[in-house]
Amino acid sequence: MTARRVVAHAGMELRMLLRNGEQLLLAFAIPLGLLVGGMLWGGGWGLDLVRFPASVIAVATWSTAFTALAVATGFERRYGVLERLVATPLTRADLIAGKAVAATALVAVQTLLLTVVALALGWRPVWTPLGALSALVAVLLGIVAFAGLGLLLAGTLKAEVTLALANLIYLAGLAVGGLLVDQPAWLPTAALGTVLRAAATGGVVPAALLVLLGWAAALALIARKAFRWTS
Amino acid sequence: MLDGLTWSAAAGEITALLGPNGAGKTTTIRCITGLLTPDAGTIRVLDGAPGGTDDRVGLMPQSVGAWSAVRPGELLRYLAGLYPRPVPIDDLVEALELGPLLNRPYRRLSGGEQQAVNLAGALIGRPELVLLDEPTAGMDPRARRRTWGVIDTLRADGVSVLLTTHDMAEAARLADRVWIMDAGRVTVSGTVAELTAEASLEDVFLRHTGGAG
Repeated sequence: MTARRVVAHAGMELRMLLRNGEQLLLAFAIPLGLLVGGMLWGGGWGLDLVRFPASVIAVATWSTAFTALAVATGFERRYGVLERLVATPLTRADLIAGKAVAATALVAVQTLLLTVVALALGWRPVWTPLGALSALVAVLLGIVAFAGLGLLLAGTLKAEVTLALANLIYLAGLAVGGLLVDQPAWLPTAALGTVLRAAATGGVVPAALLVLLGWAAALALIARKAFRWTS
Repeated sequence: MLDGLTWSAAAGEITALLGPNGAGKTTTIRCITGLLTPDAGTIRVLDGAPGGTDDRVGLMPQSVGAWSAVRPGELLRYLAGLYPRPVPIDDLVEALELGPLLNRPYRRLSGGEQQAVNLAGALIGRPELVLLDEPTAGMDPRARRRTWGVIDTLRADGVSVLLTTHDMAEAARLADRVWIMDAGRVTVSGTVAELTAEASLEDVFLRHTGGAG
């Protein structure tokens, strides 16, 4: 693996992602809309305005590392992009690392943007070093777990099926996956939401972190085994 | 898909792999690039294992092969950055007349224009072996002639070329040696002169593939 090639590929991934209207909607419009709506009007409906922005950061991580990655990779496979790249000096490890760097960079930008907007709208989280560290670890593990699930879909199904299923699972994650509201942290989405919401109030939930670690390891391994480079 | 397939391509020559749809041509190329691994048998590519010589091999895939939103200029710059000694992009742009296309999204190019960009992508790494999977499919006659000229130049420069095509005239015009395959195995091979001694290449093709009759 060479850092130069990984960075070059990550740059290309990011450019392609940001040129896609649907991906921009998922990455920025929906999380920002949720955040602004919740912060402006959610208080009247009993929304906990200290924990809510953390939930939105979990949603943004979910949309980028799972849905956007799955859809983009599904069409790369369908259009023979992966086939072409595998025949260049870019190794498969370089390619996956490039995708990981691109997804992580985008999640970092989303998190920064959401944090700034939330602070401007009155968010006052309780920051502790341990809480912040657990949030960082949870987001990184979440990226691995969600990306593993996304690559599993993209690497085994037709692009159109991946597109439909990824959007359906995205909505299911929002509605019942524990990203926005507390649920038992068995699913990776619920575990990420739980850790981030706890971090916003200065707390740490080691059990949810362990759940995320397990999902990240399992999904990454399964995706690696099942992924097919051609459609 | 492939069944007891045995063939070779000599260094510095143009080798054509012909066969009906489903004969296994694209699968063969995927085995050469290491994308697929055969259940049995041996493949040597430039004296190395498939996939182990990727900086010396250029691939022009049969399907699209590029992001729909990418601009040809940025695609070629990106691909050039992956190789240790890339060909200057301007040289390829001039040879394939890609200038007017460089800033147009790939999805807005015609099939033939996409093929021309794909060919440039296959050549950008200064390969010793070029794999061209139906390189002129969708090209108009002028673009096809231009592509043939580029392939002639590759041969003159000592580059080995493996091409698949359904165009018998193209195979006869370009190839030093032709391998005709059907249902995953070679049915006949020879130089163009040998194969066309008594019949046209198309007749030989029809006689040695499943559509004979």
